[in-house]
Amino acid sequence: MIKTSYVSRTVAELKPSGIRRFFDLAANLEGVISLGVGEPDFVTSWAVREAAINSLEEGFTSYTANAGLYELRAEISGYMEKQFHVSYRPEDQIIVTVGASQALDITLRTILDPGEEVIVVEPCFVAYAPLVTMAGGVPVTVQTSKADDFKLTPEQLEAAITPKTKAVLICSPNNPTGTQLGQEELVMLADIVKKHDLLVISDEIYAELAYDEHFTSFAAIDGMFERTIVINGFSKGFAMTGWRLGFVCAPKEISEAMLKLHQYAMMCAPTMAQHAALEALKHGMQDVEDMRRSYRRRRNYIVKSFNEIGLECHNPGGAFYAFPSIEKTGMTSMEFAEKLLTEELVAVVPGDVFGQSGEGHIRCSYASSMEQLQEALKRMERFMDNHSK
Amino acid sequence: MHLNEEELEVLRIIENNSRIDMKDLAKMTDLSEADIEITLKKLEEMRVIVRYLTVINWAKVDEYHGVTAMIDVKVTPKRGVGFDEVAKRIYKFKEVQSVYLMSGAYDLSVIVEGRSMNDVAKFVSEKLSTLDSVISTTTHFIMKKYKHDGTIFDQTEEDKRIVVSP
Repeated sequence: MIKTSYVSRTVAELKPSGIRRFFDLAANLEGVISLGVGEPDFVTSWAVREAAINSLEEGFTSYTANAGLYELRAEISGYMEKQFHVSYRPEDQIIVTVGASQALDITLRTILDPGEEVIVVEPCFVAYAPLVTMAGGVPVTVQTSKADDFKLTPEQLEAAITPKTKAVLICSPNNPTGTQLGQEELVMLADIVKKHDLLVISDEIYAELAYDEHFTSFAAIDGMFERTIVINGFSKGFAMTGWRLGFVCAPKEISEAMLKLHQYAMMCAPTMAQHAALEALKHGMQDVEDMRRSYRRRRNYIVKSFNEIGLECHNPGGAFYAFPSIEKTGMTSMEFAEKLLTEELVAVVPGDVFGQSGEGHIRCSYASSMEQLQEALKRMERFMDNHSK
Repeated sequence: MHLNEEELEVLRIIENNSRIDMKDLAKMTDLSEADIEITLKKLEEMRVIVRYLTVINWAKVDEYHGVTAMIDVKVTPKRGVGFDEVAKRIYKFKEVQSVYLMSGAYDLSVIVEGRSMNDVAKFVSEKLSTLDSVISTTTHFIMKKYKHDGTIFDQTEEDKRIVVSP
């Protein structure tokens, strides 16, 4: 008898996320200091939580408009204008989604025909390539390098373009490298994108966490508004990961098409989370500023400390990740992470789970208290003393 | 006086932890350790940094028997010196922890600590209300401190995040 599989071939062939295996390993140990967490250490501000509680008490428990509460979209529109100088109409250019992840999902499914290629810049968030595949597209990875501070160069971009290329997916500031693209770099990339008539999917979820220079949105670059889809949300900058609330801004033609998918697959984002987000945008910007300052201090601390103990690390402009090189130890990033976990009880994420060019690096989130970071650094210093060649 | 961004950053950090290691403080800012020392010294000399204190939850200590009262004081301001003169007369008493000039229904908010309610009552009736400019006092005793100078006393921070996430 032939055994039939109930799982589609596409899904069966998806690689499970490398992060999962590491999570299982770390979760079973006691006394672990984790630098493996990809979310803020702040709890959502009380004002925002209180607004959500109030919305429940007031009985706001029904669906909202498919694209999200109009009032929230209007606030998002004002926010995008004020922070990033791009203007999107709340009526037909903004959709409130279930996290930036769903925004990415409907973006890819909206723009891709079978076999079309999306350039994915690695190291990057583990979901990009699988989401492209699930949308029927083909992910084409480009490997950035430490020598370029993990920035995509115009030459690399151009070399990856084929007649089938539909879009480039870029995340800045980046998870896992923390690398932020400056305005001039965006302009150079934009020239190539325009030349080849491509779209840019710009994952700007870490936009609020830019420490050294003001964040520039891809959509704000001359001539890019019409060919950029901006993905953003409340998870990182507003410390609202568990609320699962994101949004996507796009030119009308694309966002209206996206809304069709969104209404069939999701109806709308959760209502109480939308009320919470409304409060966050209306009164939460000072909290964002305070959190940004706090991350910046810790960024400075961890990067300088890593360099001191022999973990060579470029200065990440944003997000809350440092991505030091472990070359000195001669280990693979998986070996390093496993040894560090078992010998010193510090959890970091091996860089290769974010793509081939992440090999030789580890991702360390500094979204932990200073006390935890200090202790982690002490343990890692001992580890480096024991294992440096 | 105007401070630059580095100086402000140093203040923001040590306001929350004045015992921080100077080396770590330097790492957290864009300053060297030597610069940190110079900056702190300067801020101390300017009396921007006035004193380094510790927040203590005395309610947890059995040996402690103190009480704290907040007293609303109405006064007659004096020509030429306004409220400053009477404020000075009040804040010089060692029982007085804080004195603020307030907008609203009364003029000075005075925080007084004593060993007992009786102690505080005595201070109010004998020292405070007998001052020439003082018109009236209303004394409120603090029964429990939940949060003091931005610190919640009863809070145990627990990290609810999963250990590793993408």
